[in-house]
Amino acid sequence: MKRLINYTPSRGSRWLLGLVPFALVAMVYLALSNARLAENPDDRLLPSPATMADTFSQLATEASVRTGTIPLWDDTFASLERLGLGIAISALIGLIVGLFTGGLPLVRAKLSPLVTVVSLIPPMAILPILFIAFGTGEMAKVALIVIGVAPFLIRDLQNYALRLPDEQLIKAQTLGASSWQALTRVLLPQLTTRLIDSTRLALGSAWLFLIAAEAIAAQDGLGYRIFLVRRYLSMDVILPYVAWITLLAFVIDRVLALISRRSFPWYHAEAGDRE
Amino acid sequence: MSHPKNLLEARRVEKRYGNQVVLERIDFRVEAGEFITLVGASGCGKTTFLKLLLGTERISRGELTLDGRPLPDEPGPDRGVVFQKYSVFPHLTVLGNVMMAEELAGSRWLGKLFGSARRRAAEAATARIEEVGLTHALHKYPHELSGGMQQRLAIAQALMMQPRILLLDEPFGALDPGIRQDMHVLITRLWREQQLTIFMITHDVKEAFALGTRLWVFDKIRHDPQAPEAYGATITYDLAIGENRRPPEDLARTVDAMSERRTQTHQETPL
Repeated sequence: MKRLINYTPSRGSRWLLGLVPFALVAMVYLALSNARLAENPDDRLLPSPATMADTFSQLATEASVRTGTIPLWDDTFASLERLGLGIAISALIGLIVGLFTGGLPLVRAKLSPLVTVVSLIPPMAILPILFIAFGTGEMAKVALIVIGVAPFLIRDLQNYALRLPDEQLIKAQTLGASSWQALTRVLLPQLTTRLIDSTRLALGSAWLFLIAAEAIAAQDGLGYRIFLVRRYLSMDVILPYVAWITLLAFVIDRVLALISRRSFPWYHAEAGDRE
Repeated sequence: MSHPKNLLEARRVEKRYGNQVVLERIDFRVEAGEFITLVGASGCGKTTFLKLLLGTERISRGELTLDGRPLPDEPGPDRGVVFQKYSVFPHLTVLGNVMMAEELAGSRWLGKLFGSARRRAAEAATARIEEVGLTHALHKYPHELSGGMQQRLAIAQALMMQPRILLLDEPFGALDPGIRQDMHVLITRLWREQQLTIFMITHDVKEAFALGTRLWVFDKIRHDPQAPEAYGATITYDLAIGENRRPPEDLARTVDAMSERRTQTHQETPL
């Protein structure tokens, strides 16, 4: 018999095998939900898929009486704007600081300890400070994401720059590169590819900070909505919203992966991707 | 261009890390156009020596001059280099790698050329790439190339700056014997055509004789059993290689025995 480690699923069966756990979870939910609804048709804890679909389509198509706009899109745009802004600022800071701390030993000696310490501060713990400093507007929420994500990106990019073979920078110098040219032509392009990878990893925590900030102080946003309807035990809103957030996160992740794969084929060949 | 007679000169050069002496009593004169092959047991300071020439390591004592002036203590365009690995930029195509030197020279801030300047650089680079036989791979990335092709690329790239000295650190060490043969033909031709001065480290004595005009053997001759780090390696043989290009039997044996002795007793000093 072949060893277990040598069995690889074929393309078709890999899809099937991947779907099985989803189907199982769905079945368990349906069974539990049916049981509860049979006892009490007004049960709010495990709403039926039909109820959730109704509520969700209502949120997605009908304008709210209070604001006159459609809640789902309002929430989505507000959240994505904060997330996008936070991620973009973090990525820019991460790339620039990571480039200089990774490429210039003098800058690294100065900044590295500070970045390490800052990255160890739990961002949620300083959320009150942000609210006090920036008020409860957009700025505090974006700042929370930046404070949570940027130090991680800086450290990751700096480490990656340090792991690149010294030979590359030496070679660049023998080709006449100045410090600036070595940084921009050798390090920067290679860090950019890594940046997409680490941003994908950081997106999870970015969502966490976003939803936490929205839950505490906001007038709109996906996190705000979930925590708003929690008071009425509206699981028929919360569950579809969670699924929607998951879908958004998934799409963003795939888009970044695709951009990286298209633009930097050499990076993926080097990293030995087996996908 | 007329080169001065002595391109490189070393007087009592010594290199130490802390208390550990790696190289000592290195004296030589090298004229432009020489092809010097460096052999010796692993860990006896050949690579350190190359790093001194490259400028990534600084000498601890003595004098090392290029054209009569002290060798700069950082890498520069007058000294090209090809390492055993990682010599090319993974994020650039073959063309991009070879164009790099000209792009850096032509554009101080962006390090990139556009328009007609770019076309001229690309033409020059393409000619270079043709010389090393990589025309068919112009737009490929290094990861798509075999080991031999990557080293050809590294050589083409290093020669774009027209360096005075070309430093090769076991450039063919990881290649198959057949491909190695091709590379020998290539490097010999480029050395003749471009009147380069080459320093090449190799483990293969036959290769050293086949390519070089001059052979240096690095070895530790002084040993102090109480303080193994007190003495370093030096150039024990400095041999002009004649036309017949065959290693004298006794030397080949000496070098082989030397390498074996080192491997057996594990006296290698990690460099």
